[in-house]
Amino acid sequence: MSTDTDTGFGERRGEFGPGEMPSEYEVEEETEEYKGLGGRLVEGILGDKMALFGALVVLLFVLTAAFAPYIAPHGQEETFAFMKEPMTSSAADVDGDGRTEQVFHPLGTDSFGHDILSRLIFGARVSLLVALATLAVSLTIGTTIGVLAGYYGGIIDSLLMRYVDFQWAFPELILGVAIIALSGGLGVVNVIIAIGIAYIDDFARLVRGEILSIREEEYITAARAVGMGDARIMFREMIPNAVAPIIVQATLMIPLAILAEAGLSFLGLGVKPTTPTWGLLLSDGRQFIDRAWWISVMPGLAIMVTVLSFNMFGDGLRDAFDISEGEVEER
Amino acid sequence: MRRYIAKRVAHSLFIMWLVATSVFFGLRAIPGGPVRAMLGQEGTPEARRAIREQLGLDDPWYVQYADWMTDLLVGEFGSSITSSEPVAAVVGQAAPKTFSIGIVAVVVGLSIAIPAGVISATRKREPVDYVATVAAFLGLSMPAFFVGILLALVFGVWFNVLPVVGYTPLKEGIRPWLEHILLPGVAVGLPYGAVVMRMMRSSLLEVMDEPYMKTALAKGVRSRVRLYKHALQNALIPVITVAGIQLALVLVGSVTVEIVFGIQGLGRTLVDSMLDRNYPVTQAVILLVAAVLVFTNLAVDIAYTAIDPRIRYGGDSS
Repeated sequence: MSTDTDTGFGERRGEFGPGEMPSEYEVEEETEEYKGLGGRLVEGILGDKMALFGALVVLLFVLTAAFAPYIAPHGQEETFAFMKEPMTSSAADVDGDGRTEQVFHPLGTDSFGHDILSRLIFGARVSLLVALATLAVSLTIGTTIGVLAGYYGGIIDSLLMRYVDFQWAFPELILGVAIIALSGGLGVVNVIIAIGIAYIDDFARLVRGEILSIREEEYITAARAVGMGDARIMFREMIPNAVAPIIVQATLMIPLAILAEAGLSFLGLGVKPTTPTWGLLLSDGRQFIDRAWWISVMPGLAIMVTVLSFNMFGDGLRDAFDISEGEVEER
Repeated sequence: MRRYIAKRVAHSLFIMWLVATSVFFGLRAIPGGPVRAMLGQEGTPEARRAIREQLGLDDPWYVQYADWMTDLLVGEFGSSITSSEPVAAVVGQAAPKTFSIGIVAVVVGLSIAIPAGVISATRKREPVDYVATVAAFLGLSMPAFFVGILLALVFGVWFNVLPVVGYTPLKEGIRPWLEHILLPGVAVGLPYGAVVMRMMRSSLLEVMDEPYMKTALAKGVRSRVRLYKHALQNALIPVITVAGIQLALVLVGSVTVEIVFGIQGLGRTLVDSMLDRNYPVTQAVILLVAAVLVFTNLAVDIAYTAIDPRIRYGGDSS
């Protein structure tokens, strides 16, 4: 499994000189041929069944969100019979020719008569949009802060650490609620800012740590010696070498952002009360739980499957990049 | 050790100060200010002036800041705008409910996570390990409110064995209290347990790989003693950190789960106060939540000194 903590033989090599290596160790020692980043990635993901499954579902999710209007069997506002069970049909006049047809609802309909499958497919758009936008916010700001703090140290570094301390006292959702309270309104931009800010410190800390170790590498000394400027060293030499953990962190942050967005929507503080988001759909179904369980369970399953597959994909990426578990932050 | 504790206490107080200060400036940065928010668009100039006076908004900011800080220190939060009850009373009614959920959640979470993590690590790559890992993955992927809905559906609607709405105070008996709090507590506790279990597993695996475990095996220490005395004690240290930090997850989970189960706890109070623009209540809840997190983490840090002698003796392992 991915949580494996075996360090492998690479780390033990230092303990024995070449001649002193016990023979039983020597048998298993092999030097891996160098593979490019892309090759390692493809091989790592294809070789790990859970990661492959995760990657496929993630791909499916992205395609669903992108082509929602073409995939969804019905429009998000179309209404049919109320609270039809999953796998049943209702009679409706869909094509507007004056006669009613049987309309099939694989996931049933909700208390307004919306087709749940169609609402979920449109809801995937909001989840993906918010997740990617929050990722962009926290990745850009966090990486910038982290690079500056790691490279220059001093006051930027202490300010960053105080900010990290500060975020400790604020769980993401509470911070999000507070930011929405302060910005004084609901809306997609507010949700993105609220969730994005909450994850800046994860990236900042990660990148700072990477930069601190890269700073000691010889090629940085070499870059200085040939007269490269600070900005060029940071952006051309350091960041490209810290890219693997950043990608892994980003992949593991997306599910957290999806969960946070679902939480905010569930609380009624999400994008807009009329936009179908998974959290809101789940919350709408709550009062009908005794009559129509599927209204809230289906969106919950959608959240679960999406988050689960992002987590499995991210775990697989981490293994493929060979990054230790402590290095990237999980919730 | 005393110096270490003093340093941690000072640090926690500093964070609380930082939180309080940012809430102070945050409230004053609201577009239109709290007065507009309180009165709405229709407020007469006189009413506005009266409120400004009452809130001391005409004083210079440093006077306001000093007043506000002293009010906080004596626990004076003003009164709720919607019900004109004192904020302390509103929060005082909500807090025990949330803390009850939190306690059940932590007890449930840890009592599943730690044994499961140990079993999973000691039987690595056996079926039981796979089952536990998949369960933990599922737990990480389900928001607490969805777990809550599922529990309410199964135990409240299908089997009808536990109530799914409302709260009974502890003083009316342990049984009714527990009956009302069990499902929300479990809903919050399962995702929390999943995080702690993963940490327990990987931490124990790491420790079992240490050279001193091999030494213990070589000198013939029995496997039970090896596991519980040599390995577990050391493996628990990072687990305790995670369990402390993730209390945030418990509080956040409780915010949403309270709404599933119709409990007027801190989370629901926070959201309601926000939607009503009831700023005195919002700020009190935010400060309380921050204080709980900061001081439980302080308690965890101090508990460390008891568990990990390296901190007791060491210089800068903090």
